[in-house]
Amino acid sequence: MSELPIKDRMKIPRHHMIEQDAKQRTANFKEVNLGYTKEMALAEAMRCIQCKNPPCVAGCPVFVKIPEFIRKLETGDLAEAATILKMDNTLPAVCGRVCPQEEQCERVCTLGKKGEAVAVGYLERFVADWLRDYGKETAPAPVKSGKKVAIVGSGPAGLSCAGDLLRMGHAVTVFEALHEIGGVLMYGIPEFRLPKAIVQAEVEALRKAGVEFVTDYVIGLTETVDELLQKFAAVFVGVGAGLPYFLNIPGEQLVGVYSANEFLTRVNLMKAYEFPKCDTPVFEVKGKQVAVFGGGNTAMDAVRTSCRLGAARAMIIYRRTEKELPARIEEVKHAKEEGIEFIFLAAPVEFTGHDNGWLKSVTVQKMELGEPDASGRRKPVPIPGALETIPLDAAIIAIGNGSNPIISKTTPDLKVNKWGNILVDEKSMKSSKKGVFAGGDIVTGGATVILAMGAGRKAAQAIDEYLKKPEIWS
Amino acid sequence: MNKIIEARNLAPDVKLFKIAAPQIANKRQAGQFVILRVHKEGERIPLTIADSNVQDGSITIIVQGIGKTTKYMNTLQAGDSIMDVVGPLGKPSHIACFGTVVVIGGGVGTAIAFPTAKALKQAGNHVVSIIGGRTKQLVILEEELRAVSDEVYPTTDDGSYGYQGMVTHKLQDLIKAGRKLDFVLAIGPIPMMAAVSEVTKQHHIKTTVSLNPIMVDGTGMCGGCRAVVDGKTVFVCVDGPEFDAHQVDYASLAKRNRSYLLQEKTAVEEFCKLDAMIKEKEYVRTAH
Repeated sequence: MSELPIKDRMKIPRHHMIEQDAKQRTANFKEVNLGYTKEMALAEAMRCIQCKNPPCVAGCPVFVKIPEFIRKLETGDLAEAATILKMDNTLPAVCGRVCPQEEQCERVCTLGKKGEAVAVGYLERFVADWLRDYGKETAPAPVKSGKKVAIVGSGPAGLSCAGDLLRMGHAVTVFEALHEIGGVLMYGIPEFRLPKAIVQAEVEALRKAGVEFVTDYVIGLTETVDELLQKFAAVFVGVGAGLPYFLNIPGEQLVGVYSANEFLTRVNLMKAYEFPKCDTPVFEVKGKQVAVFGGGNTAMDAVRTSCRLGAARAMIIYRRTEKELPARIEEVKHAKEEGIEFIFLAAPVEFTGHDNGWLKSVTVQKMELGEPDASGRRKPVPIPGALETIPLDAAIIAIGNGSNPIISKTTPDLKVNKWGNILVDEKSMKSSKKGVFAGGDIVTGGATVILAMGAGRKAAQAIDEYLKKPEIWS
Repeated sequence: MNKIIEARNLAPDVKLFKIAAPQIANKRQAGQFVILRVHKEGERIPLTIADSNVQDGSITIIVQGIGKTTKYMNTLQAGDSIMDVVGPLGKPSHIACFGTVVVIGGGVGTAIAFPTAKALKQAGNHVVSIIGGRTKQLVILEEELRAVSDEVYPTTDDGSYGYQGMVTHKLQDLIKAGRKLDFVLAIGPIPMMAAVSEVTKQHHIKTTVSLNPIMVDGTGMCGGCRAVVDGKTVFVCVDGPEFDAHQVDYASLAKRNRSYLLQEKTAVEEFCKLDAMIKEKEYVRTAH
């Protein structure tokens, strides 16, 4: 195959994702993005100019060797491309779908300076899907260390830590409180963005490779961290944030006011959209007015879910402007295409209800942008007297999560900060308690799948070093 | 999968199950609960652990068939299995030697009150149990409570057994008789707990109730079980289930517990139709 010159590579336009039609998809829960064809993937791979010091790798929280896997893809060696991808990323089919690439690998892509970045995420997804459908896991069986590690929580942090530890030869047991493995990938992110079969296939691959999974097991209550340390040489805590914040405004007890966690768990994990075939119900939003408060990915997931459940009016109410929305660009684009209404510069101040305790309306305070705050974003400030009442049947609060207290309350010598996040050494993810490591949202507060996976990898590395020299803990 | 070791009816629509769950049996303390899911399309429901046995690795739960899941559960027999059982969840009851304590159980609330009554007795209290039901058949666990109480007063609304009247009336009688009561635990339907709370508040008797909101995960993740206590939002699954009775907003809890009334009705109707169909088929089969 003749080598294509860089200037010709740069002339190829970025390949757009094939998507399910916007009108059609609001009536189903099937995945919106349909994936590249092989031809599209090979052609997109040709756009990568193979930088000597690839900024994309440095921009990736788990340091996927992006140019290397893309190069193999370009030459048609999909098996090798998959092997390279899997070396650094335990869950590529997940990351190819939910990573905020525009803030990571694609943000720093050399091509992005003058035109559009290489579609790293779409290529990752293509290779991972090929591996699942046609490929074979070829990683050689590692030499067994004879050491056992317990992982608490089966979300992205835990699964990524488990994958790496397994490759290092350690025996891994993952404990999960819910009845399904995957954490937020199963209960939080909806089917139309991340099909559950994809998550389960990634989990199955880990199970086949030797990871032991235990469901319905709440560490702290069913068994404590101290008890785990009697049976395991090290423990990694990756339980996520998982204690939803509410707005703390009057009327939050009304029927129809949900946390996004509850709403999404009912629909995703418990399949409430199949009620009464499945036993778990969710608020009947068909033909109703639904507002989601917040502007992150979870808010987009919740509002697009209510749209699919038949809401007549589904809106995002956000106190800043579109520019400050923390959600992935693609999610906002998809939401708009699906007819989601965005009400910016509005903050809820009160919910009012009917006599029977059901939600009737929300009153919002209109805002304007003032001076930049600590995050560098211009702070929204109330416009005096500018209040508006919006009729509402359901309200979904998606403003983030605090830390779950179960582990910290039952592990007294595990140090946490004033918000309950576990304190760790940032390089090694070591906690204040010997043998216990932690990472993901329980350390950082609510963040992304890939940052949690990055933390899981860092911890795996440090756990491996600790298992070799357990006398050292500083 | 958790195997059912024993299943027996305590009253119409009320069934006791001993379920194999050795790790939960090891760990549980009075006042804690489990969440269970009966099959793969099932919902997650919270049920208080009524008792446990470390020797045979079992926990006991008592189920009243009201919704689809509990009605389905009550068709299960020893030898059947429950798909998921997770726990022990929630904070254990606060157990101390208060002096004279009154344990009040209304309906299946008696099953929830029983383990705490037992623990209070072990802590050296003089335990007075008042257990109520609409009618005689619905007064449950009397024998079990007698074993852990110094006095037991069954009450029935219709007077078919024991004291005629509500549990609150019996409590008021004790107070009127000049008994010094140091602590009251009340568990049952929300109106009953609110009524007991009203009585004890007037007499300044420290009182605890165990709340029963709708839950999904039971570990603090969904916030569906939130209630208002002392003007603040609490998550019953991790902050409770027991709270100071005099601080609970019962009205909002009662309204929230009715969130899915319509869907529950649909589910029960579907289930009853199916159940009747199965029974008819069985009848036809055995008749031939």
